[in-house]
Amino acid sequence: MAVIEKIPGSQLIHKLPGGGIVLAASGSVFKWAKSSSLWPLTFGLACCSIEMIAAGASRFDIDRFGSGVFRASPRQCDVMIVAGTISVKMGECVKRLYAQMPEPKYVIALGNCAISGGIFYHDTYSVVKGTEALGIPVDVYIPGCPPRPENLLFGLMKLQEKVKKERYAAK
Amino acid sequence: MRQSDIFELIKLKFPQVIQDELTKAIVVPGDQILGIAGFLNSAEFSFNNLHCLTAIDRKENIELVYIFYSFKIRLQITLKVCLPVDSLEIESLTNFYRSTDWFEREVYDLFGVKFLNHPNLCRILNPSDWKGFPLRKDYSYPDFIKKAQY
Repeated sequence: MAVIEKIPGSQLIHKLPGGGIVLAASGSVFKWAKSSSLWPLTFGLACCSIEMIAAGASRFDIDRFGSGVFRASPRQCDVMIVAGTISVKMGECVKRLYAQMPEPKYVIALGNCAISGGIFYHDTYSVVKGTEALGIPVDVYIPGCPPRPENLLFGLMKLQEKVKKERYAAK
Repeated sequence: MRQSDIFELIKLKFPQVIQDELTKAIVVPGDQILGIAGFLNSAEFSFNNLHCLTAIDRKENIELVYIFYSFKIRLQITLKVCLPVDSLEIESLTNFYRSTDWFEREVYDLFGVKFLNHPNLCRILNPSDWKGFPLRKDYSYPDFIKKAQY
């Protein structure tokens, strides 16, 4: 019993006294498990990806939130972190990677460029004005130029909250 | 040996070559670039490294800038070619310098200079169906969002 209280989702699970049975609403346990293992895509576009890499390394350690498993294939991912400036030529690639990810999928726009084009908003010919301009829905926006790794971790916690509040366990 | 000495040696063989007063760059006519590059690449100097190839838009002409380096005599020299905007064509140097392949594609992509006898002259940075040449001074794009004037 003492071990089970240390688990973050322990309030979702109740153990019957004396028996080897646990009782829980399957949806909430499923959502808790899903939010605790959001695997991101190994995908960096510009300088914000350096902050994403720092968040993955030992000092900030994104692994504490279960998101340290950066997968090299979009088919094994849950969340795409759009980290950096999206150029027009790269935009097609971003769209294709998003389409290749299996449902349920989430998108974090990391940094001003991924939100709106950032400092490249005015007078540029080759920069897409944000992730939503590509037609990709964004779940969490993280402002900053670039945002600190703590901001990325905060955004990830917000995404976890969002996943836990979803109406259906399976999208 | 310095850049001015190289200039004197080139001038003996190619008398139309002049030296730019301000930058001390060697300005060569566009139709002689192949001969001069072959001369620089020869065993005498062995300028067998082309550092950089870029271009500058001077409105009435486009200036190509070649930067060569010789590991043998440890010298870097700058060559310039002025091309009028209405005939932007020059011989490619890919036979002498493999590194020019992508440089020439980049200059073609952003300035519209056509390199003759290039193995694969297509756009490198912009999408292949792009219209216009973005680093030209007169380039404009309908989707520009203008910056507010204060």
